[in-house]
Amino acid sequence: MSKATGSKELTGATRYKSGVLEYKQMGYWQPDYVPKDTDVICLFRITPQPGVDADEAAAAVAGESSTATWTVVWTDRLTAADNYRAKAYRVDPVPNAPDQFFAYIAYDLDLFEGGSIPNLTASIIGNVFGFKAVKALRLEDMRIPVAYLKTFDGPPTGVIVERERLDKYGRPLLGATTKPKLGLSGRNYGRVVYEALKGGLDFTKDDENINSQPFMHWRDRFLYCMEGVNRAAAASGEVKGHYLNVTAATMEEMYERAEFAKNLGSVIIMIDLVIGYTAITSMSKWARKNDMILHLHRAGNSTYARQKNHGINFRVICKWMRMAGVDHIHAGTVVGKLEGDPLTVKGFYDTLLEPHTPKKLEHGLFFDQDWASLKKCMPVASGGIHAGQMHQLIHHLGEDVVLQFGGGTIGHPDGIQAGAEANRVALEAMIMARNEGEDYLAKGPEILAKAAKSCKPLQHALDTWKNITFNYASTDTVDFVPQATPAR
Amino acid sequence: MHENPRNMTQGQFSFLPPLTDDQIKKQITYAISKGWAVSVEYTDDPHPRNSYWEMWCQPMFDTKDAAAVFMEVQECRKVYGNLYIKVNAFDNTRWRESLAMSFIVNRPKVEPGFGLARTEAEGRTIRYRISSYATDKPTGKRY
Repeated sequence: MSKATGSKELTGATRYKSGVLEYKQMGYWQPDYVPKDTDVICLFRITPQPGVDADEAAAAVAGESSTATWTVVWTDRLTAADNYRAKAYRVDPVPNAPDQFFAYIAYDLDLFEGGSIPNLTASIIGNVFGFKAVKALRLEDMRIPVAYLKTFDGPPTGVIVERERLDKYGRPLLGATTKPKLGLSGRNYGRVVYEALKGGLDFTKDDENINSQPFMHWRDRFLYCMEGVNRAAAASGEVKGHYLNVTAATMEEMYERAEFAKNLGSVIIMIDLVIGYTAITSMSKWARKNDMILHLHRAGNSTYARQKNHGINFRVICKWMRMAGVDHIHAGTVVGKLEGDPLTVKGFYDTLLEPHTPKKLEHGLFFDQDWASLKKCMPVASGGIHAGQMHQLIHHLGEDVVLQFGGGTIGHPDGIQAGAEANRVALEAMIMARNEGEDYLAKGPEILAKAAKSCKPLQHALDTWKNITFNYASTDTVDFVPQATPAR
Repeated sequence: MHENPRNMTQGQFSFLPPLTDDQIKKQITYAISKGWAVSVEYTDDPHPRNSYWEMWCQPMFDTKDAAAVFMEVQECRKVYGNLYIKVNAFDNTRWRESLAMSFIVNRPKVEPGFGLARTEAEGRTIRYRISSYATDKPTGKRY
């Protein structure tokens, strides 16, 4: 593509003369455009090919994600084409990345079918990510207008109702993923569920790749898991749950598994992100109709969410999933084994939980977003966390979160129940200290050591994992540092 | 064999040693500092899905004094000292309008726990029924 500096939007017959025009000339660059309240706005990080200027690359992205094709077509003139064209209206430099810039692109509401994440995404991320004029492209954030949000049902249960159903308030929920992921028979698998729930966890979980393999048929797993869940509920007088993964090859099969879970009295089922946006939305509608909490495992997301220059930022996935309607979604641990810069993760959590998220560049939130009464989606922190980090987990992740200690429960030297108890005691002690006004973050290890005096399992957990941390630099970080403001 | 500290572990702090009066007051102080309304409830039916424990009083929306709130706990204990009593904090702000805290402050001397009854159904399905051993007796004679 030629360098496009100075080229302006063409109008009338000149605009529709057969041939190839620059995207700017076609009207996809509108620096004076003021987005409407009903527009969908996208923020892309664009790395143009050498020789393509910022405005033209932004216009090209706007064009290729809306009405443009590579050459002029006269049939545009049969439409109110100005309306359907996405409009790139602003480009900003990216701090410390001279080859990249941020482009703001506005899309008219009528470009999208109501209630359809597949339709929204087919436009926004459909073709444009393979477009040759850009070397790399990343969808960093989206402002979804209230008018469009109102066409989505959102989470079937939501954090508030989930807590009321479970009768658990004022603390994070505790969970664990059954390990080993693969190979356990149904009967052995249910043993892990029973032990962990009886020991004090609220939830146990199937892993993302547990479906119906030769070593364990799904019905066998469901039956034994529910034996474990019910026995643990009787042993504790608490509501307990196991995320029964209903992910399968077809919708028909998923519905069959979900129905079976319901008939067995499970409070929660689970799906994987890899089933796709349509299937997720369908399962959300099913869950809403059947009083079921819906857990989503973000299997596969790091293939496109992790690298900073290309793909989709996970905060956008959080937005889409809150719209499509899941009750739980894995959103990072900060301190665990998986990717997660603290400020970026804070942005994910706020996106899932807040009724309104103000623009906050230091958390990666580029827009004010009103959530139009869509319910709150519970973030799940899973992967390489243990009881000794309880103060940090509560500090970074707050109260509305499921803390999942898989290895940190099942790997306990005294057994699974002891591991679960260690986690529960650590959590309760930390919440109590926080509520009492203690500086629990600074005094965390002290608070845990004190609680461990009357709880041997906690002492053994602290001894076992005392030095385990995962200190690697994050790949996906925010671009803007918080500005220091003078103390008042 | 590993044993849980208790066989009824509802609420925020059931895995910790029983709360002292001072600890209870501190939690109440925290709730009031957040603008939440504290209430006291008791029951002789601690089934995990019993959503409606008896209300000792209405949520204390206007009481900002932790000592006054704690007095209600004490009064409730005097009357129902051998039942389960919990303290709740209700947050009426938009987007929550639900409980923000809930913890047990009193237990019966003897806690028989819960039984699990199984009924074999179609296929290998089992229908489960959880019930407190205490609720086999009529209310008033349970604890």
